This record gives sequence, structure tokens and C-alpha cells, in this order.
Amino acid sequence: MSESLLQFKNVSKSYFGNKVLSDVTFDVKKGEIHALIGENGAGKSTLMNILFGMSVITNTGGYEGDVLLDGEKLAFKSPHEAMDAGIGMVHQEFMLIPGFTIAENIKINRELTTPNIVSRVLGKRLETLDMGRMNADARKALDQLDMGIEEFTLVAGLPVGHMQFVEIAREIDKTGIKVLVFDEPTAVLTESEAKNLLAAIRRLAALGIGIVFISHRLDEIVEVSDRVTILRDGEHVATKKTSDTDAVEIASLMIGRKMTIDRVGGSKRKISNEIFMSVRDLHVAMPGEMVRGIDLEIKKGEIVGIGGLAGQGKLGIANGIMGTYPTKGDVVFNGDKMKLDDPRSAIEAGIGFVSEDRKGVGLLLDESIELNIAFTAMQVGDKFLKKTGPFTLQDDASIRRHAIKMIKELDIRCESALQHTGSLSGGNQQKVCVARALTQDPVLLFVSEPTRGIDIGAKKLILDLLMKLNEELGMTIVMTSSELAELRSICDRILIICEGKVAGVLPPDASDADFGLMMAGAKTAKADSVAEGGVANVRA
Amino acid sequence: MSELNGNDAKLGNKSKGLLGSIGLPTLIIAVFWVLTLVAGHFVGISMSILFSDTLKRAGMNGILVLAMVPAIQSGTGPNFALPIGIVCGLFGTVCSIEFGLTGIVWLLGSIAIALPIAVAAGYGYGRLMNSVKGSEMTIATYTGFSVVALMCLAWLMIPFKSPKMGWFIGQGLRETIQLDAVEAAQILNNFLMFKIGGVVVPTGLLLTFLFFSLLVWLFFRSKRGIAISAGGANPKFAQAAGLDIDGNRVYANVLSTVLGAIGIIIYSQSYGYAQLYSAPLMMAFPAVAAVLIGGATASRAKVSHVIVGVVLFQGLLTTALPVANELFAGTDLSEIMRMIVQNGIILYALTQVKRGVQ
Repeated sequence: MSESLLQFKNVSKSYFGNKVLSDVTFDVKKGEIHALIGENGAGKSTLMNILFGMSVITNTGGYEGDVLLDGEKLAFKSPHEAMDAGIGMVHQEFMLIPGFTIAENIKINRELTTPNIVSRVLGKRLETLDMGRMNADARKALDQLDMGIEEFTLVAGLPVGHMQFVEIAREIDKTGIKVLVFDEPTAVLTESEAKNLLAAIRRLAALGIGIVFISHRLDEIVEVSDRVTILRDGEHVATKKTSDTDAVEIASLMIGRKMTIDRVGGSKRKISNEIFMSVRDLHVAMPGEMVRGIDLEIKKGEIVGIGGLAGQGKLGIANGIMGTYPTKGDVVFNGDKMKLDDPRSAIEAGIGFVSEDRKGVGLLLDESIELNIAFTAMQVGDKFLKKTGPFTLQDDASIRRHAIKMIKELDIRCESALQHTGSLSGGNQQKVCVARALTQDPVLLFVSEPTRGIDIGAKKLILDLLMKLNEELGMTIVMTSSELAELRSICDRILIICEGKVAGVLPPDASDADFGLMMAGAKTAKADSVAEGGVANVRA
Repeated sequence: MSELNGNDAKLGNKSKGLLGSIGLPTLIIAVFWVLTLVAGHFVGISMSILFSDTLKRAGMNGILVLAMVPAIQSGTGPNFALPIGIVCGLFGTVCSIEFGLTGIVWLLGSIAIALPIAVAAGYGYGRLMNSVKGSEMTIATYTGFSVVALMCLAWLMIPFKSPKMGWFIGQGLRETIQLDAVEAAQILNNFLMFKIGGVVVPTGLLLTFLFFSLLVWLFFRSKRGIAISAGGANPKFAQAAGLDIDGNRVYANVLSTVLGAIGIIIYSQSYGYAQLYSAPLMMAFPAVAAVLIGGATASRAKVSHVIVGVVLFQGLLTTALPVANELFAGTDLSEIMRMIVQNGIILYALTQVKRGVQ
């Protein structure tokens, strides 16, 4: 138990001068379950990519520091080499072939074969499959996981939990497996399936395999792991014995205080008690960001933040209300019931939307800045049109005037209003998106991930701009963001979304631990989790 | 310092922009055309005849090429089902002859009859395109083929009695109908026609082409036109802006089909014959090739692409045929060359589709 199986020593990595990992050092012992936790973008995936020698790492100049397995320095050129060395991974999305049996899936590309006449002439690839031995091997692996299912069942139609086990069985069937990485293995499982899985992981650890357990669910980590390593913004915050810590401490270490943008002014703001928009039982079928029943009330003049980890459904809310994905539920806006699944009526009602998918949804990349700014107002609001003889055509002069005004007001850095938006920088593209939303004269503005992929200076400009709109024009703003720090810097209150539902509402100055616990799905805060020995079973 | 860099970048962009805006296929065809012209000069072919023919053929094909613009802009790709519009136009033509119309009245009558039919056919075709998103081009090609085959039956069965169109024995319409008989051959070409240095300028024909070009250009500056372009360029964007993308695609294909119908009527009067049966079968391909040569991609097209493309493509064909005949006397190489050039261009342009979309 004491000897180090896998060691990371001062591992650093930067992409194009942008540091994503710095000086990460921890080790995984034989038979240990080592949890790895951090927010999105904390560097967990990068670390695993380094471990497996993925090409994204080697193609971008490799990494600094050492990774050692059994005391030997690793330098894998491909995931294949990593697997041969005894490192396995259980993926979040299953990589199984539905039409094959469990045994065939477990043995895929490592099939046991016996020579036949054809193969003697034409080579090893045409040898006959030895189904008997393959099934026996698969049985052994399944038994180790205490899984009673028949090895010759087809994978198609298995419950998700079983598929996960087949994946694990495939990894442990590989002879000489030393380290097994679980990447959010419970994300798609039900509670009882997750329990079985955790039990299986413990059994595997008992066999002497080193387990790296990546998860967002704090309660699971506390329950199953021996030690936990916390990453934040690519930095190694701490490695602790799980028995010496609790969910609250892990949560606050995970969130920490990051860059802060202080609110200036704010005295002129007034938030009325009038409920501007009320959302009841909203369901949105946005792939990867499913919303499963959300209630929400927005008051006139406030800035509401929507936070949470990626994939939990926070992005689905704005997209659902704006009608870009199939939606059901009740939304009352400004006293009127809104027609859902109809972007046009949402825009006509006076709701502006700055999409999180800037290049995909937000812009016409091959068109000019001025057309991008004027487009929605022209199409929905019939602005910027003028009658010329029998034709109603775009009014170039007024489009240009408006675009130049916007370029000046939002400080969009460009050569001219005719420059194509595709050639602008991320921050300036974002400003064009905001400019288009403002051109619609919205009374309520949804802004999703406004600072994604733009540099820190531009981030501040965008946030300042949102503040200014709120203070000077009294615009109600709903901002969705993965960056808690920016939500905390401008929002009046922050909804945390977890598993498609509202996990809770927090004021921006709530403690790091509260945010962390809520985002990780441990709904009941301190008291409960401490009382239950750090295990918060209640989920949102 | 930074300003200097900025200027450099701007200059770089400009020179790149100029090359980029002309485009490789356009450049290759232009160079090739000049080469055949030079070769033609040396083998003693009259340049004035070549230029006259180029002008005439560009004018008569122009509107058919113009029909590509709405289809491409709406995101359904080049209208390979142009024969649908063409048979609508031809139907207008034969009806108009059957009713005994002649001259300019025949021309306007043909268009008037063809229009509602083309609108209906275009609507159906547009709906079809919406239900086969992702494989529009292939489906369009075979839709065009099928419609032509279907109309072969119709031409045979149609109970028209006019002796100007019937076979000498039996029922049905002739393959080729002379428009001299209704005093409509070259009726537009001869309007305000003049000669300059031996080159015949078919003023009326060119004006008609330019008039329709202007209409299409204006259309794409209207609210609907801009919505169609946006839907083609970025459907997600258009959807988020509350546009009815499918409706716009249908609208654009109606427009394209109508242009096809008008295009064939203008084409026929210049050619002097209305060609029925299998003649429309392959007519989409030269039109697609022309607009692509002009600089359009399968996802973006402008009226300027049409004008440049139709002149270059028809110019090359009219020049290459006699020159090849001179150089390889006694062979049928010219037709083979035409096929190679035309299909080669389409092939090249279609390989660029993805890049156009990005």
C-alpha cells in the first residue's frame, strides 16, 4: 500500500503560451483509490491526456516534468503504448459495439484465435475465433466485478449501468493492468447503479490496482477515495487524505477565489419587486445540456446569474426560452404567456439573446459587421428598410450609421463596418453579438458564456458593458457562465444548476464552500454533510 | 510600430483579397480562353464571328445561369433540377403556339403561361428539397432527369393540333419546333441590334439578361432576400433570429424554377427552335458550370458571378469548338473537349464545396 505506483512530478503544460497546468505533483499508490477533482478547465483532462500520450499533447510541444510508473519514466507516443504498459481508462461515453456480445466487446482487438487452413496461407488476421476461451476470459473478468450477467448477451439493450461494467471488465481483462482511470464514471448512472460501481471500484483496488477516480460528485469522492487531489486553474491546490478532510473543505479548495472584478457604482440601480419573467417547470431538450424542470423568477432590473458545471443544463435555460431547442413548460413574460419553440415571438416580445455558440449561432462569419448588427432588428422588427419604387430594400445609409454608432459605443476594434466578422478577435466578435442583441431594443437580455474564449482584458470590458446596460438603461440581464468568479462579480443572485435542476440560489458573497457543494450536487450544505460523516446523500 | 504592422496586414489582406475574389477556376478558364483565342487567330478564324457568338450565347444562357443564384444562396446548392423550370417554360411555349400567338405576343404569352406552372412546380420541388436535407444535389439531379422523362410522355400525348408543332404522321409534338413559324426567332436579339467592327451586338437579348440580373440583385437586398442568404450561410443563426428557414428555401427554389422557365423561353427565341423531349436533360450542367466558373461556390453565389461566369464559359465553348475543329480536322474532338471542360469544371467546383462552407 505504501509504494508509489504512478507518480506525477512537477508536471506543467502550456498551449501556445497559455499555461493550463503548472507544477502538478501527486502519486497513486498500489491499491489506492485516488480522487481527482476540479472545476471545468482545472486541468484534469489535460493531465489524463499527458498520462495517455494523446496526440494533442505531443503535437503542441509535449509537457514539462515527469510521469513515472513503477519508478520508470513514461514517454508514450500514443494511447496504445499506454495501454500496453498497463494503464487503462473507463470512458464517460461508452465505447462499445451494440451488435456484439459482451464477451466480444471485452475481447475486441485482442481476440483469442486458433489457426486454420486459410490463415496458414493468408496470415494471422484470418484465424478462427476461439469463442470458448474468449467467453471463459470474459466470465472471469465479469466475476471479478461480481456481475452475474451472461457473457454471451448482446450489448444492445443492456441498461447503462451494465454497459459501464462491460467497459470496466474489458480493462481488467487486459493482462497486467496496473492503473485504471475512471473519468466521471457515475455521470450517466442512476443512484443504485452508481453504488454498485463504487463497490466494484473498491474491489478492484483491493486487487492491487491503482485507481484514479475523476468525478464532480463530492459525496462519492468522500465515500470511496483514500486520498484526494484538488486542482484549480491548472494548479495543484492540495492532496489530502480523505479521512482528514470533508466535503466542505474540498469544495472550498476547489472553488477558491479567482480573478475578481469589483462592482463599481451600483448606487443608481433599482430593482423593483415586480416579477418580470416567471418560469415554471421548464424542460429543454438541448443535447448535452438537458434541463429537467426548472422554476425561476426574474425581477425587473436585476442581474441574475446562472452557474453550474458543464453539461448540467445551465446553457439549456436561455436556449429553451429563446426557442432554439425543443422546450416545454410555462413561461410568463411581462404578464403574457410566452409561445415556446418559437424564436421569433421571443424576440418580438423584447428578449435579446447572446448565444454561447458565438461562431455557430451568433454570427454570419462571411458577412460584414454592419449586416450582423442590423440583421435581427431588420428581420423581426422591420427596421433598416426603405421603400424604393416597388421594392422594399435594405437601407444602407441607416445601417451604416447605426453600425458606426455601435462600433464606437462598444469599442469594437475593426478596420471598418464592412469588415467580415470572421476576421475579428473573439472579444470583438462577442461585442458584435451584443450589439446585435441591443439593436433589437430588448427589455430582457440573456447572455450565455459572454467571456468564453476571450482574453482577460476583453472579459472585463464585456462585464463592464453588461453592468452599464443594467445601470443606465435598467435592462434586466440573465447571465449564464461557467466562470463562477465573473458571476459573483456582477450578479445580484446566482442560481446553481445541477443535473438539469436548480440546486439552489446563492448571493454572490456566499462562501466558496457553499458554491462548491452546490455545484457538486451535495445539496444540503455543511450541517448535514458533517453530521453524516461527510457523506451528503441528498441530491438536487 | 504597431500601426505599421497594421498597415502591412491590411495590404496583405488586400492583395490576397483580390486573388481570392477572382478565384482559381475563374483564372484558369480565363487564361484558357485567351489561349484558344490566340490559337484561333493563328489558324485563321474570324475573331468578330467568335465575339458575336460569345455575346449571343452568353445572353441566351444568362437567365438559366441566373436561376442558380437563389438556390445556392438558400443553401440547397446549385439547382441541378433546372430541367423542371425548363419544361415549364417549354410548356408555355407550345401552349402559346397552339393558341396561335406570334411575335412578341407569343413571347409574353409563353412567359405568362409558364409562370404559374413554374411557381407550382418550384413549390413542390422546394418542399422536396426540405425533406432531403443533406443530399440536395444528388436528389435534385435525378428529380430533373425524372421530370424530363415524364414530360417526354406528355409531349407525345398532348392533344395539340397546331400544324407548326405536330409530326407529319401520328400524334404528339415534334422534337424541334421552328420558331420562325411564329415569327419569333431572334425577336429579342434583333431588337436594337447593331454591329461594331464586325461584332454583332444582340442588344435586346443582353438588355433582357441584364434586366433580370438587376431584379435578382435587388431581390437579394430586400428583407426576404437577406433572410434567404442568412439561412443558407448559417441555418443556426437564422433560426435563432426567428426566421422560417424551410419556408425561405421553398421561396428560393420557386424563384429558381421561375427563372429557369423564363430562361428557356429567352434561350429558345435566340436559338430559333424550341427543343422538346430529351433536350432539357443535360441543360442544368452548363448552367452550374458557368456560375461556378464565375467564382460562386456551392454555398455562395452572387449576380456578378453569373455575369462573369456565363461570358467566360460560353466564350470558351464558342471559341474552343471551331479552334479544335481546325486543329484536329476530321475528328469529333471538339465535342469531347466540350464535355471534358464542362464536366471537369463541375467536378472541380464540387470538390470545393466543403471549403466554401468552411
